[in-house]
Amino acid sequence: MKAKQNKWQMLIAFFLILVSLSCILPLMLVVSISFTDEAAIVKNGYSLIPSQFSLAAYRNIFSGGKQVWRSYGVSVFVTLVGTMINVCITGMAGYALANPSVRYRNELAMFFFVTMVFNGGMVPWYMICKTVGLTENIWALLIPNLIFSSYNLFLVRNYMRDIPTALVESAKLDGANDACIAFKIYFPLSKPIMATIALFAAIGYWNDWWNSIMLVSDTSLYPVQYLLMKLKSDINMMKNLQNSGFAGAAAMKPAESLQMATVVITIAPILLFYPFLQKYIVKGLVIGSVKG
Amino acid sequence: MARTKQKGKKRYTIFKDIRRNPLSYLMLIPAALYTIVFGYMTIPFMFSAFLNYNYRDGLFGSEFVGLKNFEFFFKSNAAPRVIGNTVYLNIMFIIFTLIVSVTIAILLSELQKERLKKFMQSTYLFPYFLSWVVINYVIFTLTSSKYGIINQFLTLCGMKPINFYTKGAYWPTILIIAKVWKDMGMNIVIYLAVITGFDPQIYEAAMIDGAGRFRACISITLRLLLPTVCMLTIMSVGKIFYGDFGMIYALVGDNGMLQKTTDVIDTYVFRTLRQTGNPSQSMAVSLFQSVLGFVTVCGANWTARRFFSEGALF
Repeated sequence: MKAKQNKWQMLIAFFLILVSLSCILPLMLVVSISFTDEAAIVKNGYSLIPSQFSLAAYRNIFSGGKQVWRSYGVSVFVTLVGTMINVCITGMAGYALANPSVRYRNELAMFFFVTMVFNGGMVPWYMICKTVGLTENIWALLIPNLIFSSYNLFLVRNYMRDIPTALVESAKLDGANDACIAFKIYFPLSKPIMATIALFAAIGYWNDWWNSIMLVSDTSLYPVQYLLMKLKSDINMMKNLQNSGFAGAAAMKPAESLQMATVVITIAPILLFYPFLQKYIVKGLVIGSVKG
Repeated sequence: MARTKQKGKKRYTIFKDIRRNPLSYLMLIPAALYTIVFGYMTIPFMFSAFLNYNYRDGLFGSEFVGLKNFEFFFKSNAAPRVIGNTVYLNIMFIIFTLIVSVTIAILLSELQKERLKKFMQSTYLFPYFLSWVVINYVIFTLTSSKYGIINQFLTLCGMKPINFYTKGAYWPTILIIAKVWKDMGMNIVIYLAVITGFDPQIYEAAMIDGAGRFRACISITLRLLLPTVCMLTIMSVGKIFYGDFGMIYALVGDNGMLQKTTDVIDTYVFRTLRQTGNPSQSMAVSLFQSVLGFVTVCGANWTARRFFSEGALF
């Protein structure tokens, strides 16, 4: 019985590790290519272990890849500022919809819900962005689409609704006003859910290329994801990145490895913050789906 | 605590509510403004599907053309193709994500090595945080015709290399694998959370009655997981007419050779918007999609509420 059980456990573990590998190995491949010498790639193709180790691609980015840094800066700025605004807007609205003394809170929730199910889609969205002047500037990357999501609003509202009313009542008896209740009770107690939506927003901003593809054409406003997209289709963009003066004329210009190195520095922040991401987003996913 | 009904007090208007809770309503303003501008304001623009819209004359000045824009779409051979692709790909996404993530979640719950379990769960979830643009590069390392791993393997076996980027036939499979790869982690997390909530006494009782581990998996875990599975599936079936634009555009892009098998409604709308310069035609397609989408979402929600009272979205 015991032996049989062990066998079963081994079998499961083996299978699950295979699945794990299928998640990690393709990414390892990308990392490995970014560290491979360009000539070796041309000769041998991609491989999981660099056939000839080289830092040329990274050196190229660090010394000459102005566009990469520019885009990286745009992405970082948009992610930080956007996430901050997003959390403020969503948190405040969540409080208003959870506040039991607002009698119309359910009707107001409906107001936010309707557009979640029915809206005009990308064409009117584009027309509106054009009309209000959200094109060709940094606001175009910040405001449309990501600054506020009804889904997150409902996550926050549901979380705040579970804060015991007794707490609020007793604060009221002690003479606390609305602002005091909001800032001393509701917001501090909702920190975990705020962390969750902040990370949702941050991931959304960091991974966003939709706003830039629709609303921005100036290369100085490209976020790093859009730059990556362009690198694949636009040969000029690639040439722009390759530092012509570097490493002598004989050395091959890194094209493949440079692309992959850009991918690596794009996913680096996600990897860095992964423990937080996992902790809080798992919580959010579970709350959002299991409780509805 | 108790929800006070408005019916009792007839004259409690929203203005009174605002006066009593100024702070709450003030805090609602930014979100409401956003929802009005990017949500409700899009609705009148949908009318442009019946116009020959141009940006100069706007919604009221443009010429009214009736159903001509719809005709353009439905008479073209694009209509059956993009609608078919959207539905087909979405059904495949739903089925495969479901099978893979339920299987893995159940196996994970069976595994008794906690640390290994934690570690594996982390690896499954990681692709969820990557953008499709990044995943496009990941796929490229495997499918590239010159250097890709798959083609290296094929040449090693003495077979002819495949140029994936000119053959549309392979792409539905590639898209399905990519979708499962990215989304399974999230689903596994959800299912695992549900499984962890099951009462261990049920399993003990089954063991006493002589059920093996495998039997317990099927008869208890799978059986108890079924409501959650159905719920999530119904919800994704509701979105069956919405193609995953972010995915398909990032992976396929404007590659015309792959469009036959990968073009979905959303990418079609995007292309007509950018290429024809006539937003009305793309709006017509988009309106058609919105209406179908609205009906299916409501239908799905109705079904969910009917069978699983607490699981409905609204």
